[in-house]
Amino acid sequence: MSNRLKRILLAIASANTVTVTVLAFVLAVLVGGILMILSDQQLLHEWGYVTSVPGDAFKDSWHKVADGYVAMFHGAIYDPKAPQALRPIENTIVNATPLVFAGLAVAVPFRAGLFNIGGQSQLIIGAVGATWIGFTVSAPLPVHVLLAIVVGMLCGALVGGLTGLLKTRFGAHEVISSIMLNNIALGVLAWLISTKAFHDPKRQDAISKPVKDSALLPHIHGSSPEVNLSTLLAILAVVAVWWLLSRSTLGFRLKAVGSNPDAANTAGISVARTQVYAMLIAGALMGLVAVTQISGTLSASHAMTQTLDNGIGFTGITVALLGRGKPVGVALAALLFGALNAGGRVMEAATQPTVPHDVVTVLQAVIVIFVAAPLLVKEIFRLREVRRGSGPAASSVAPATAVDSAIEPVA
Amino acid sequence: MRLELRGITKTFGSVAANSAIDLTVEPGEIHCLLGENGAGKSTLMNILYGLLTPDSGEIVVDGEAREFKSPRDAIAAGIGMVHQHFMLVPVFSVAENLVLGNEESRGGLLSWLDRRKARADVLAVSARYGLPVDPDALVEDLPVGVQQRVEIIKALMRDAQVLILDEPTAVLTPQETEELFTVMRGLKAAGKSVVFITHKLNEVRAVADRITVIRRGAVVGSAEPTATPRELAALMVGRDVRLVVEKEPREPGEVALRVRGLSVLDDRGFPAVDDLSFDLHAGEVLGIAGVQGNGQTELVEAITGLRPAQGSAELHGQQLIGSSPHKVLALGLGHVPEDRQHDGLVPDFSIAENLVLDAAGQAPFGNALTLDLDAIAKNGAERLAEFDIRAESAQTPAAALSGGNQQKVVVARALQRDPALLVASQPTRGVDVGAMEFIHKRIIEQRDAGKPVLIVSTELDEITALSDRIAVMYRGKIVGIVPPGTSNEELGLLMAGGGHDAAGEPDTQPDTEPEPVPKEAPAGESAAESVAESAEAPAEESSETADE
Repeated sequence: MSNRLKRILLAIASANTVTVTVLAFVLAVLVGGILMILSDQQLLHEWGYVTSVPGDAFKDSWHKVADGYVAMFHGAIYDPKAPQALRPIENTIVNATPLVFAGLAVAVPFRAGLFNIGGQSQLIIGAVGATWIGFTVSAPLPVHVLLAIVVGMLCGALVGGLTGLLKTRFGAHEVISSIMLNNIALGVLAWLISTKAFHDPKRQDAISKPVKDSALLPHIHGSSPEVNLSTLLAILAVVAVWWLLSRSTLGFRLKAVGSNPDAANTAGISVARTQVYAMLIAGALMGLVAVTQISGTLSASHAMTQTLDNGIGFTGITVALLGRGKPVGVALAALLFGALNAGGRVMEAATQPTVPHDVVTVLQAVIVIFVAAPLLVKEIFRLREVRRGSGPAASSVAPATAVDSAIEPVA
Repeated sequence: MRLELRGITKTFGSVAANSAIDLTVEPGEIHCLLGENGAGKSTLMNILYGLLTPDSGEIVVDGEAREFKSPRDAIAAGIGMVHQHFMLVPVFSVAENLVLGNEESRGGLLSWLDRRKARADVLAVSARYGLPVDPDALVEDLPVGVQQRVEIIKALMRDAQVLILDEPTAVLTPQETEELFTVMRGLKAAGKSVVFITHKLNEVRAVADRITVIRRGAVVGSAEPTATPRELAALMVGRDVRLVVEKEPREPGEVALRVRGLSVLDDRGFPAVDDLSFDLHAGEVLGIAGVQGNGQTELVEAITGLRPAQGSAELHGQQLIGSSPHKVLALGLGHVPEDRQHDGLVPDFSIAENLVLDAAGQAPFGNALTLDLDAIAKNGAERLAEFDIRAESAQTPAAALSGGNQQKVVVARALQRDPALLVASQPTRGVDVGAMEFIHKRIIEQRDAGKPVLIVSTELDEITALSDRIAVMYRGKIVGIVPPGTSNEELGLLMAGGGHDAAGEPDTQPDTEPEPVPKEAPAGESAAESVAESAEAPAEESSETADE
């Protein structure tokens, strides 16, 4: 075996972030399989007499789980039997798009030392702005939709910036003020969609007027649900945030403030201003989620309802966590979650008796838990500890480093 | 207990941190391990304490070879260690901290019972070795020196026969250092051995029985405590080191920094700097001496824009008070903050990034929008070479550097700005003799280039070596401005609040003779301490301030 191959295998077997994430996924699939078996009465019955007739329980359970995951695969990535075999992957992309924005909206403030759990309020207020522009303004297609996007982003940024300001000016912890702003935004939304200005007179239920067709995001490919402009915007956002965090002056300040605010302040970086900027960016990104929710593919009514946020503000936290706060990581995590969502719906329809879509939610949660607990994954798979400065492959590092990591293997 | 290390070798990658080190610690001796930052002292002690396993070599305790797989084994063998950074829970009381992880009290559901036993144990140990602590005090309320004492008691309660102190004085005030030495001598008298790791020459000579010098991972020799600092320094660094800063007398220029009626409050809202006035001339080093906690920190923070203040401080006519740190930096401040970990460095950032922390977004490192990564990397590589920062490359994260090398990064950042005013607090804290010589030389270069330099240090030797004038602060006031030739005794008296109230009158010298020093006074900062003790009323006050 060549030396190089050996080194590559060693790298795979070591507890690096990619390996841990992949293995977390494997574990989650196992847990999901167990859930599928537990959800089936017939199978549970068979497991009841497993000691006398083991064949039934094992065979049927295997089929159950395999069918479930195959259906999920067909729904998320590739379906050989469908007329358009790659159709499902579009589905995945459409589902992933808002999660990319939401994940970035958590990742950016996180790098500045802020925990943005106010995505819900930023999304809702962004949606209010975008919807209002959508049904009041009359303008030709590109102008109208761009206006909706810009106003959605501005409204989201306003709420995000307010959270930042409350923290830096008045010392209100961003987690507390975010929770409160979420509640306020939900209340504002409930009130708005019942007012004359917003409520759709043609409907009895609590729903706003729909946005005009000229405010809908133009689609790029496929048909219902089609890939639309927002996916392009998501790719742009990933690139922009990558640039922000690795190449820009603001990103440099942001990371400095996140890592050691005292040192940043001593070096003349305004901690308050930097954190407000981070929250403005986060809010604008959530505003983009709002636009995809209202003017995008997944919305049937293209109008605001009480549940328009669909929990995306919070899913963003898990996406950012899984993506480890890095833009490309966030994009990959969003794709995974999008695939699980898309596949889950197909699985629900294709399996008999039904495997509920909720399995997907559990799957997502389990992945995140395992990723958040890397030591557990390392323990389960008995991975080698990564130790900076030791081992034959590692290059020379100052002794202090090795000592530090020896004392704190967690780091 | 007789402890022997035989042929200990440990390599990290291609770096040999320890190569074939032999060391013998006799019972009842204070054995000093002297070496530069990164010489391999801490690695050796981490091996001895079971935190690292050696590649080869053996540890022999009382003639029996032992293998330490974890600190637990080392503790069982009677070895105790006090780390540079304390392993205490701040919100727990002293007694609770000492119960923590102690085998005897494990599993006790009735925690009040444990606590009572712990209190008794603490008091017993503390009385036996003369280590006064209040078992009920919360650790976070204790001064650093007392926290260290708690760590020592922790080791003693686990029946340590050999106590390793890893750079224990790095975080201590001169008074606390002297107290620690007393404790060390007490331990020695009780038959314990102490391994004392340091790079401060005066301390070695004051307290050690035997000295082993380590350089670049190998034992280069041993010395007697009677050796001169210069001999020790030469052994340690491997070349002749000039301990005296060479500087030509220089006529100071115009007033560059004019401070008038400056008053600053501390974190708790009490006055820390009280109506302070002084002038700092171009081409002059003004050293601020004083026991820590007499307003030096707040004075520097006010001048650098980090803390709001009353009064005025004008740099070439530009008001600094009330400006943001950014604005003060833009006026040309070069600032070496007192605490590099807390205020100096971003641990996740590379050395190169830390070097431009105060210049990001400014030419040549980029503009308001983007960074010039090439320029930042190039600058990093250059400073790395210029300041002899020991790291693999400028892309190494600052957190991976040893303390002395971190300090070099912070100093390099302040100096590369070509500052119009250099303010350096504890500029050589934690750096070894070789690096200290270099940093001192660079500071004098600033002065010779006609720049005003303000130095704040608790190391009297440093102050006297660098300064053209020495201002002594006591309780937020300058109690005297004296020339650098002033004896340590006289300075010590001023630091303890004695002498004339010379605030606001630059160049005024106290004209009375200082109190004669009763006993033999060790060199350096300890002199100040013994003077402070011999003076009656002011001494009490000074120790009070120090404890705050």
